[in-house]
Amino acid sequence: MAFQFWKRKREEPVAVEQVIAENTTEQTAVITTESTSEVAAEIQPKPELEKVELPKRSARKGIRALFSKIKFDLENLDELEDILIQSDFGVDASAAIVASVKEIAKKTSAKTENDLKKILIDVLAENLENKDKALNLSDGNTPYVVLVVGVNGVGKTTTIGKLSKWLVQGGFQVMIGAADTFRAAAVDQVATWAERAGAKLIRPKTEGQDPASVAFEATEAAINSGSDVLIIDTAGRLQNKADLMNELDKIRRVVEKQAKIAEVLLVIDATTGQNGLAQAKAFAEVAKVTGVVLTKLDGTAKGGIVYSIQQELGIPVKLVGVGEGIDDFSFFDAQEFARGLVGQEG
Amino acid sequence: MFGNLSDRLIETFKNLRSKGKLSPADIDATLREIRRALLEADVALEVVKNFTTAVRERALGDEVSKALNPAQQVVQIVNEELVKILGGEQRKLSFAKTAPTVIMLAGLQGSGKTTLAGKLAKWLKDQGQTPILVAADLQRPNAVNQLQVVGERIGVPVFAPEPGNGVGNPVSVAKDSIKHAKQKMFSVVIVDTAGRLGIDEELMTQAKDISKAVDPDEVLFVIDSMIGQDAVNVAKAFDDGVGITGVVLTKLDGDARGGAALSVASVTGKPILFASNGEGMDAFEPFYPDRMASRILDMGDVLTLIEQTQKNFDESEARAMAEKLAKDTFTLEDFLDQMQQLKKMGSLKSMLAMMPGAGQMRNQLENFDEREIVRTEAIIRSMTPAERRQPKLLNGSRRSRIAKGSGMTVTDVNSLVNRFEQAAKMMKTVAKGGVPQMPGMPGMPGMGGGFVGGKAKSKGKDKKGSKSGNPAKRAAEEAARALGQKPGEASSGSGSAFGLGK
Repeated sequence: MAFQFWKRKREEPVAVEQVIAENTTEQTAVITTESTSEVAAEIQPKPELEKVELPKRSARKGIRALFSKIKFDLENLDELEDILIQSDFGVDASAAIVASVKEIAKKTSAKTENDLKKILIDVLAENLENKDKALNLSDGNTPYVVLVVGVNGVGKTTTIGKLSKWLVQGGFQVMIGAADTFRAAAVDQVATWAERAGAKLIRPKTEGQDPASVAFEATEAAINSGSDVLIIDTAGRLQNKADLMNELDKIRRVVEKQAKIAEVLLVIDATTGQNGLAQAKAFAEVAKVTGVVLTKLDGTAKGGIVYSIQQELGIPVKLVGVGEGIDDFSFFDAQEFARGLVGQEG
Repeated sequence: MFGNLSDRLIETFKNLRSKGKLSPADIDATLREIRRALLEADVALEVVKNFTTAVRERALGDEVSKALNPAQQVVQIVNEELVKILGGEQRKLSFAKTAPTVIMLAGLQGSGKTTLAGKLAKWLKDQGQTPILVAADLQRPNAVNQLQVVGERIGVPVFAPEPGNGVGNPVSVAKDSIKHAKQKMFSVVIVDTAGRLGIDEELMTQAKDISKAVDPDEVLFVIDSMIGQDAVNVAKAFDDGVGITGVVLTKLDGDARGGAALSVASVTGKPILFASNGEGMDAFEPFYPDRMASRILDMGDVLTLIEQTQKNFDESEARAMAEKLAKDTFTLEDFLDQMQQLKKMGSLKSMLAMMPGAGQMRNQLENFDEREIVRTEAIIRSMTPAERRQPKLLNGSRRSRIAKGSGMTVTDVNSLVNRFEQAAKMMKTVAKGGVPQMPGMPGMPGMGGGFVGGKAKSKGKDKKGSKSGNPAKRAAEEAARALGQKPGEASSGSGSAFGLGK
């Protein structure tokens, strides 16, 4: 996918690509609104940005087709509803999708299995498409702070490892803030990933340190070291625990004292059922989620809940995880996802 | 988000006259709503289909109950069938004849195996067993480390000869752990394994090899209660691949309805042994099928109503008891007694969450600070017995003394007394058959009533205060019904428990 990523140019010469004039102007505008006096003081009329090329990845291998059992034809459209329900799309969304497919099939007098598949792909892709699907790592406001949140056991730390590796491969300098100070050995786990990815790590100074203060220190360190991206790991929390959700709000506020938060990524396990929507709602409200990471798509789960999340909350899926390997990770492509689900090649 | 099942059922039957007889149409209308509720609770579709078919057959053949309207009758059948599936094979953990008992944990990534291993070990230790944890998850970064930290926290040794992070062979670790346990006379061996996907043949074979190596007495399948439709596939895969003997449901402290429990129980036929419901190492308990059934349906209040109607509750008796309550002054002493009973019964939060009608209150309950009870207790304990019996005695200087004695402020004391007075007043109103007006004090009849009365009953040591709750609640429901309200409405809403919340 042709997303554009930019980081600030470093002093040591790297393979420099010409910076487009438009981008530079945009950058200047952002800088002037920056509240940090330091940044405002170092007057850089045209701070140069340098393009980052992330290695090409595809999530295709992880997405499993919906239709292994049935033949997909006009008579089977009701059965389609069952299949969507079984893929965690939810009762309402499934009914709505089937209704759309029926309507379009009627209009276009589609009959063959291929026609119907194509219609379904279009309906799914169209509703999963979001204009903000790119990671916001392009405005030059480094360090780009990425806050990673979610309930327990969805794969936040693994996601951070994978994302770090990818960004490092592309040439970003990545720092990770280990703000999951709650779960036993969580810091060590993220440290292992940081090492594998080649990212720097800011650990809590003491065991059980307030996660917000770790986040603060990490932000400070990222700014001081001139890191391009700071990824903050947070402890898993169930969305109905107000105290823990408030803690998340605090982490966000504390980071924002020093830097703009570029992304708040909510990690959702593909096996999650209808509770996923409740998760997204709660985290969106407290943490201002900007995107969803759909993990564990390499299992038998289809991850249909993201459809409702996109429909009801307008939060785009930005990344998908498809395995335990550090490279099993990709951008989310609505077309690819829809095609994969429907089992249509190409 | 969605109205709960009870709301929707009430909606469905609003226009339906109570016929005293179940017609197929009544049953189907009810079942449509139930199907939807089950699907929204993430019960797998195939399980829902089989389930509703079974319920329909039974409903058609069932004798007509005079006490219940058609909807209620179908719901009752549904509940019974749910409990049957969830608890049909209910049993306790089985121990080996000759120690050590070997328990192997298996499940998907992130289902909570390592945390559960710790909780299970602690639970066994508290029962006088000598458990040892085995770090056979050598895959996930620092899983070994995590288990060691957990072991340290609960004071249970951990067998971890390999560092993990991809180094070492889990099968041989598991094998060696048994030898080690026999040598060192541990009574229970808990083997934590790596998370794996049901379709990952290599890892499933490895799990089978671990199982062969340790010959477990129990293979517990650990599953996240938030899992959706895929629960059936996963459960089947693990049952086929490793051969599970029981199920543990984790993260039940979330607000997922946990339909997966039903899916897994009905697909594998294996009993759900435990439920894990919090981050603390004690947040772990045996599985209660009836509670889970209510949770999946999210309609505890309707079930309570049915239960009560069925018991042919003697209204006059209730009134008599309520009258007694109204005459006898409900004192702070009774209040304290109630609270102490509550404390004995364990975590108030998890108990309240099980309560009928707590559906909407669940979020508030989740945020209810249990320390509030301790504070309230401190205040009451700082009063003289006379003050506890006659709160009217509490003048300014007494209040300030109590505040000092309990380490609270006078404002805290005032607010407790105010809330207590409101509560006592309301109990009187309820007892007289009125519908209580309770600004700022909702939740009271349900809390002080159904909760204490219902639970304390079995303990058989009710004091006047606690027993009095039951009739109060019943009277409130009677009254609510008379006004055409849905039961439970009066007892839910914003606010928190009786005199406890802020």
